[in-house]
Amino acid sequence: MAPLSGALQRLLARLARKIATDNPSVFDRIGPHVATRFIIDPVNLPIVLYLEPRREAPVLRAYLRSNAPQSDAQIAASLWQLMRMIDGEEDGDAMFFSRDLKVSGNTEAVVALRNALDDLDRPLAEQAAAQFGAVGRGALALARHIAARKPFRGAQP
Amino acid sequence: MIKPDLVCPAGTPAALRDAVDAGADCVYCGFQNATNARNFPGLNFTPDELDRGIAYAHARGAKVLVALNTFPPAGKFELWRQAVDGAVARGADALIVADIGVASYAAEAHPDTRLHLSVQASASSPEAIKYYCREFGVRRVVLPRILTIPEIKAIAQAIPCEIEAFIFGNHGLMLEGRCSLTNYVTGQSTNMDGVCSPAADVKFEPLPDGGMASRLGGHMLDCFGAGDKAGYPTLCKGRYVAPCRSEPYYAFEEPLSLNLAPMLADLIHAGVHAFKIEGRQRSRAYVQKVVAAFREAIDDVSDGRAPRVADLIGLTEGQKQTEGAYKSKRWR
Repeated sequence: MAPLSGALQRLLARLARKIATDNPSVFDRIGPHVATRFIIDPVNLPIVLYLEPRREAPVLRAYLRSNAPQSDAQIAASLWQLMRMIDGEEDGDAMFFSRDLKVSGNTEAVVALRNALDDLDRPLAEQAAAQFGAVGRGALALARHIAARKPFRGAQP
Repeated sequence: MIKPDLVCPAGTPAALRDAVDAGADCVYCGFQNATNARNFPGLNFTPDELDRGIAYAHARGAKVLVALNTFPPAGKFELWRQAVDGAVARGADALIVADIGVASYAAEAHPDTRLHLSVQASASSPEAIKYYCREFGVRRVVLPRILTIPEIKAIAQAIPCEIEAFIFGNHGLMLEGRCSLTNYVTGQSTNMDGVCSPAADVKFEPLPDGGMASRLGGHMLDCFGAGDKAGYPTLCKGRYVAPCRSEPYYAFEEPLSLNLAPMLADLIHAGVHAFKIEGRQRSRAYVQKVVAAFREAIDDVSDGRAPRVADLIGLTEGQKQTEGAYKSKRWR
């Protein structure tokens, strides 16, 4: 189950390390689930993200969905809604009630991760974009615009 | 006319700040242990976080109420004693208690601290409420969600303390403090461990037709069709097969949420002093939207205007809402 190669993986690895360094309290909330293997699945993209939120050495990699590795917990929604949930703009429980968010595997780990990310002062996507200055912020704006476009399954206006 | 306090939930420090910024008069929260009834993974406050949260709220004119609303099991009272002392030492504006031992300790050790009686105490008669007021100096009672507005009015006229009423959020079995369904299935106690449907015992399984099954402790709670809205994986919201029924049915309660937005003026006239929003387990997005909506509605009612009530259906469980027993005893 090899991850996609190249610049994307290096970028994700760098982002994971930076976010971990800047937000140490997030690991306290994740608690015993720092070694849990999460799959975050933006259902309207061909890739999934693999996350191990280890305090000292977090792992974040991208895989083709057809080549996804084994995991303990799975979280799936459209890219738009995942971004809005992680940004603190959409309520995860409401997404679950409407069936726009699907959860499977270790439910406790998913709840802990969700609560940990929800306590971040600054949206994760903005923290990631800030790594790359004006280019990053522009790319985030573009990504949000693309994610919100109607042709994507499950996207919201 | 009373202008009621808007009492809002916070499961994390970020949610506390959002609640204050959105117009909460009071925010309620708990420690990261069994002393409160939302003892969920990744949720709640360390003592230092509570310190900072109280400072943030007080700097903006808001109060912080600390929920210590579970029942200590035999031999484990020390944790609750520490929580009472810790909350008072950090400047909590009130403690929300349910157990008579916790209430007694708080009243004796910290006689100047306000005590609120949690809904978990299930005090629904003037006799019960007056007992807590007399014995422990309780200043406010959070009423169970089983009373009509005329019944609330009658209680308000018969008791010597303030009334807090839920106006939005989860609408469960309505046996607060006395529900043991989770215990039977998981061995964990909602009332002593603070965990209704502990997440470690919850499983969601995708079904071949695009639907989803939810289980608690291995027991099937519901099977949602591909297009069905879902509810929390709690036993009281399960849909069960029974010989007397041709179809699976909600034996206790449907997945839906309480929303009393249209009844705010009636509640004020009945003598309610504080409106409570449920949902410490919910996200910042929920807190921001619901608190802002009710801030505006309460201000409208207090100023004599028809309340503008934002559409909150998208945040409700099962995407359905009810006025429950407040409107009629026939709600279920």
